Amino acid sequence: MSSTHSSRFPWNHLIGFILSIALTLLAVFVKFYTSFSDSIVVWIIGTLAIFQALIQLFMFMHVTEGKEGWINVVNMIYSVFLALVIVFGSIWVLTSGHAAMH
Amino acid sequence: MSLDEFFVTGDPLILGSQIAIGLTMVGLVALITYLKRWKWLWREWFTTVDHKKIGIMYILAGVLMFFRGGVDGLLMKAQTSRPELGFLDAQHYDEIFTTHGVIMILFMAMPLLIGIMNVVVPLQIGARDVAFPKLNALSFWLFFVGAMLFNISFVIGGSPDAGWTSYFPLAGKEFTPGVGNNYYAIALQIAGIGTLATGINFVVTIIKMRAPGMSWMKMPIFTWTSFVTSILIVAAFPIFTVALAFMSLDRLFGTHFFTVAAGGDPMLWLNLFWLWGHPEVYIVVLPAFGMFSEVIATFSRKNLFGYKSMVYAVAGIAFLSMLVWVHHFYTMGNSAAVNSIFSLTTIMIAIPTGVKIFNWLFTMRKGRIEFSNAMLWSLAFIPCFTIGGVTGVMLAMAAADYQYHNTMFLVAHFHYVLIPGVVFAVFAGLYYWWPKMFGFKLNEKIGKWHFWLFVIGFNMTFMPMFFVGLDGMSRRMYTYSESTGWAPWLGFSAVGSVVMAAGFAALCYNIYWSFRYASRDVGSDPWNGRTLEWATASPAPHYNFAVVPEVDRIDDFWYKKKEGKTGIKKSDLKPVHMPSNSWTPIFLGVAFGIVGFFLVFEWFTLAVISSILIVIGLVANSFDYDDGYHIPVDELEEEEREWRGELK
Repeated sequence: MSSTHSSRFPWNHLIGFILSIALTLLAVFVKFYTSFSDSIVVWIIGTLAIFQALIQLFMFMHVTEGKEGWINVVNMIYSVFLALVIVFGSIWVLTSGHAAMH
Repeated sequence: MSLDEFFVTGDPLILGSQIAIGLTMVGLVALITYLKRWKWLWREWFTTVDHKKIGIMYILAGVLMFFRGGVDGLLMKAQTSRPELGFLDAQHYDEIFTTHGVIMILFMAMPLLIGIMNVVVPLQIGARDVAFPKLNALSFWLFFVGAMLFNISFVIGGSPDAGWTSYFPLAGKEFTPGVGNNYYAIALQIAGIGTLATGINFVVTIIKMRAPGMSWMKMPIFTWTSFVTSILIVAAFPIFTVALAFMSLDRLFGTHFFTVAAGGDPMLWLNLFWLWGHPEVYIVVLPAFGMFSEVIATFSRKNLFGYKSMVYAVAGIAFLSMLVWVHHFYTMGNSAAVNSIFSLTTIMIAIPTGVKIFNWLFTMRKGRIEFSNAMLWSLAFIPCFTIGGVTGVMLAMAAADYQYHNTMFLVAHFHYVLIPGVVFAVFAGLYYWWPKMFGFKLNEKIGKWHFWLFVIGFNMTFMPMFFVGLDGMSRRMYTYSESTGWAPWLGFSAVGSVVMAAGFAALCYNIYWSFRYASRDVGSDPWNGRTLEWATASPAPHYNFAVVPEVDRIDDFWYKKKEGKTGIKKSDLKPVHMPSNSWTPIFLGVAFGIVGFFLVFEWFTLAVISSILIVIGLVANSFDYDDGYHIPVDELEEEEREWRGELK
């Protein structure tokens, strides 16, 4: 992976740069030039933000590189998994069964 | 607040404790002053950042807390030994089972395990300290201050009395208006910050500071389990932090996170508590599994059977442990889907645990087993823990759990898991690693008394609880009538608890006896060990390893011994960089304790003023430019020569 860095043109960075600008403009577009309801706009922008974060992590912050770069990836996947379990698990547990019958 | 509200009054037991505590404090201060040991204490212990000394302080605190929690247990057993006894009233009984639970889990099990992790993990991976030594000291002092704050509750202000789980709405201001449950919220918060920092510290230490050549699958199994435990700490403790913060806000500032009246939900507390609480069970039990694995392999003279499957089993348990929390409250009236899913995940967790049991059995198969004390504890652990595990699977079935829920059957179950799983492990670990900490062994003969009294007493105490539980006795009952027919069971159980206490007394006597009389000539490797901690002197020197060892395979030291390659060369010695002592951790600990105390009593002005102390500690810490010091080569050489003989 490191050998591609020194001599060749940094395509990764260029693509990442263009994509991140495109995603930002898309978010602006969705907000100002479409007539979606606010909640849909938030969902779209949220989704775009996740892609934005992934681009930053992989193309600029090089999470997978280095001797034990995979640890970062495992760490992030595990954190996301935990967050999902905690948030959606709690909602599920507290709003089903008798709790749902208010 | 008048003085007789501040001090708990009106109970001869508590008055006796107050006098005893007062006298002990005065006695200790007088003794240290008389022996002129204040400076020594400050220099060698209070400000230390050495992971071994911090570990020893954790262990000491854990043994003290074991005593306190054990006395609580004995008082409960005395109260229920006969029907309709008036030894403790209902309120006092509530307070005692609450403090017993909190102290045993958070201030006994946790510090004993973290203490042994502190001593052993850096040695096992060939490191000279943990990644953040000063943070490690801060962890200890925050834990210690939290524990002390919690412990003074029973003489000052009143103990928490809503159970170790402190369920709302009971734990809310409306039903328990005193300061007792404030102690729970604040003291556990302070100790929890320390534990979280420990988790981070050990994750980084194990990822970054392993000896050259020690890849993941060459790590000793205890290091593996400590690593996974640390990850679970980092994953689970923040949930508890949030839950306790909500609790504090509800109790101190009148918010309504957990009160139905204003749209809050008491079940949210249960949900958050067990989202932390279940992983917590594995946080305490995983390092214990690691200790048994090390001990069983060493005293069977074989390498651990199925090392890789053990690692996967540990990781699998850690993964599943975040997915089972609802099994603690099936009876909240959830949907069938929720209860079924959580039943399934709970039963699944028995699979990797079963794998481990078979790994231990196969490690012993055809081994040359030596029945040392550490090994005895490991042997007793397997059947006792299996009883706890099997009754756990019974409880895991949601439909059946409606019968078992909150009965003594449950109480017996978790004591059968936690005492063999954690306490036996800690005993095994203490006998095993004692020479590495202090340079002498604990006496084997007194240890046998300790072992037999404790194991027999343990089974006598908790086995009857299964039966009274199945017969309908609910937990936390402070008394019962003759007509229930439970009296013989509970009387027998009470006798058992005295036998168990005698076992603990034998341990204390053993420590005392061995300190005075045990042979100091045990060498660096008294058990013929397999891992790196045995490659250095006993007690381990403050720099751990004069030359950082290189590792080629699992149990590398065992093979190097056979090949006669354990020596070091004089030419390899280089100055060793070590961290300096620091006063900020203990200062911050005390500052947190003072602020916490004021918060407990809701004296907010004083709390705000004294929190300046915390700021001072943090600022002082930020401007501390001390980069540590170097131990020169001659000093290393001299220390190594003392136990290795002349260096080549």
